[in-house]
Amino acid sequence: MSALGHRARRPDPTPGEREQQVLDRIDKARRRRAKVTDERITLSHGAGGKATQSLVEAIFLDAFRNPRLEPLEDAATLCVGSTRLALTTDSFVVSPLFFPGGDIGDLAVNGTVNDLAVSGATPLYLTAGFILEEGFPVADLERVVASMRAAAETAGVEIVTGDTKVVQRGKADGCYINTAGIGVIDADAPALGVATARPGDAVLVSGPIGEHGVTIMLARGELDIDAELESDTAAVHGMVADLRAAAPGVRAMRDATRGGVATILNEVAKAADVAVVVDEKAVPVKTEVRGASELLGIDPLYVACEGRIVVIVDPAEVAAALAALHRHPLGEQAAVIGRITEDPPGLVLLNTTFGGTRIVDLLVGDPLPRIC
Amino acid sequence: MRFVDEFRDAEKARALSAKITGLCEPGRQYKFMEVCGGHTHTIYKHGLEDYLPENITLVHGPGCPVCVIPMGRVDDAIHIARRPDVLMTSFGDMMRVPGSGGNFFDSNAEGTNIRMVYSPLDSLKIAKQNPGLNVVFMAIGFETTTPSTAMTVLRAAQEGLTNFSVFCNHVTILPAIKAILDSPDLRLDGFIGPGHVSTVIGCDPYEFIARDYRKPVVVAGFEPLDILQSIYLLMLQLHEGRCAVENQYSRVVPWDGNLVALRTITEVMELRPYFEWRGLGFISHSAMRMKAKYEAFDAEKIYSVPGVRVADPKACQCGEVLKGVLKPWECKVFGTACTPETPIGTCMVSPEGACAAYYNFGRFSRNRVREASTA
Repeated sequence: MSALGHRARRPDPTPGEREQQVLDRIDKARRRRAKVTDERITLSHGAGGKATQSLVEAIFLDAFRNPRLEPLEDAATLCVGSTRLALTTDSFVVSPLFFPGGDIGDLAVNGTVNDLAVSGATPLYLTAGFILEEGFPVADLERVVASMRAAAETAGVEIVTGDTKVVQRGKADGCYINTAGIGVIDADAPALGVATARPGDAVLVSGPIGEHGVTIMLARGELDIDAELESDTAAVHGMVADLRAAAPGVRAMRDATRGGVATILNEVAKAADVAVVVDEKAVPVKTEVRGASELLGIDPLYVACEGRIVVIVDPAEVAAALAALHRHPLGEQAAVIGRITEDPPGLVLLNTTFGGTRIVDLLVGDPLPRIC
Repeated sequence: MRFVDEFRDAEKARALSAKITGLCEPGRQYKFMEVCGGHTHTIYKHGLEDYLPENITLVHGPGCPVCVIPMGRVDDAIHIARRPDVLMTSFGDMMRVPGSGGNFFDSNAEGTNIRMVYSPLDSLKIAKQNPGLNVVFMAIGFETTTPSTAMTVLRAAQEGLTNFSVFCNHVTILPAIKAILDSPDLRLDGFIGPGHVSTVIGCDPYEFIARDYRKPVVVAGFEPLDILQSIYLLMLQLHEGRCAVENQYSRVVPWDGNLVALRTITEVMELRPYFEWRGLGFISHSAMRMKAKYEAFDAEKIYSVPGVRVADPKACQCGEVLKGVLKPWECKVFGTACTPETPIGTCMVSPEGACAAYYNFGRFSRNRVREASTA
């Protein structure tokens, strides 16, 4: 191998040193600018993992680059006069449209409300765009719209404008929904962002993970697995408000949707150039979710939630933050799952229940397409 | 959770680890091959190597079914899938295995209809729901999955389905192990035997490894404690100067295997004279094909396939990795040109592939990880 070139100058590196050289080279390669080499869009590009990240950075960020977009947070923060606003948008293509615990309607409202809430904003107004397939039952549309209205009432937001398109049969799958939302950020609230995570900070989740993703997968009826599970879809803005009042040292929040908690933690590690060390034992996972994940060979850390948030908080305020979450019905099972350390920057490490350690990387593809 | 947590007990792992370390002779290096990709995945997923002393090395063997599929067979599958009347099904792992012109996802982006299924029987369901299409199941796997493909063919025959066929790529583990044992550039001290395959073929077929090659074999389960205990049993055999086939996974693996499953396979399939393995080349009697009696369900008979042999990319050293001659990181293209997003070799494709497992879970100096996680 490459050892030949070095021989004249210094002794052969030991296998350990050679391994480290290879790992350093890989690390450098991973930090290079994202590129999309594929000629066509594949399902991987929508899966929330590495391919999605490359697509967003190489195609969209490259074309639209501006300081509001660059942080790639769940919502953009904008200043209009002296008012700080948060603006976000999300599209929903979940299949099936109706599933235990919810449907595409409440998902579309809660998803956008949550993106605003974790950006530190009070959600105010939503838009709704519908793409409907020729032949879609009006009764189903009425059900979807009724649950959107109910979800909006619960979240205290109004749907103030919208759009409808109908496409030929076969050109869409029943009903797709896009929502956008706008919220206002308190003028004196400290800025939030995953890039502000520091060594020593604690990592919390607000409840058991993976319920939405597994519910959807089982609801498709392709697996012959039954479990008493419901989607965790919920609007988290109330819990977020309580949390921030109790712990102003919250540095960042994210709702762990597509790609799950693991993807969020990788974004934290990368944006703040820190390591995230997670304790597998501490991660709350319902037995039903664990069981289904074990059977299917997937890791709950990568499975989507629709009403759970990941919180990075100053170590001095961990107890206050946890207590505030526990007081809220959505956060009763919140837990500290890990902490931020300095080294190795950019990586998420997991201390396994078994007592070993491993890396938790971004997924390449999604084992569960079209979950939201 | 019952039946899972008791096999991941850190307390027990520490005790086993101490016993393993106690059996190490000072100055001696031990190399064990886990044949099965499922074991490789478990080892990395749970960080099992943290429990092993430095002088025990695990070599990741050829037992990942998608990793050994050569490019030519992927091309053949895509060739069949390009027919407008064909809907192809396969296991999820297969979707990202590169052929010479891209993988199944790329091929779908260009218009083919290749769907993931969890069981071959799902393909029958799809065939019944789509009477206007011909459903072709791209069958892959070792003896673990062969019986379910065979059973699916039998059921299709019973139900008189005429729009279902199998593109058979089932391989057998023993010739691959033999090829590895016969490879001159290899030094192994023992084998962690493939548990799932053994539920079908039993433990007897491994006797030649102990008898003729003087290497101990311990058939192992797939939880981390199973593997750790199997390493202990291998070390014990070496320590006592014994060489035998032992069954650690007796809660699932009967010594004689599953006779019903074996009968089902022989009813539907027979050995091919030879089959190409990625990285290992042609190995005789190492794969299955459909018997003439069931040729109505044999995609290779129904559709013409180009059958062109595509050489592995020059830079790719999957063969050496599969034989355990190279560690994943020693491959020239590991982690730079060949990554899980853009795999060149199949070892990088499946989460059970040695390279992907190392890249995803182990791509970091063990010492630094240990320091960081305890800091």
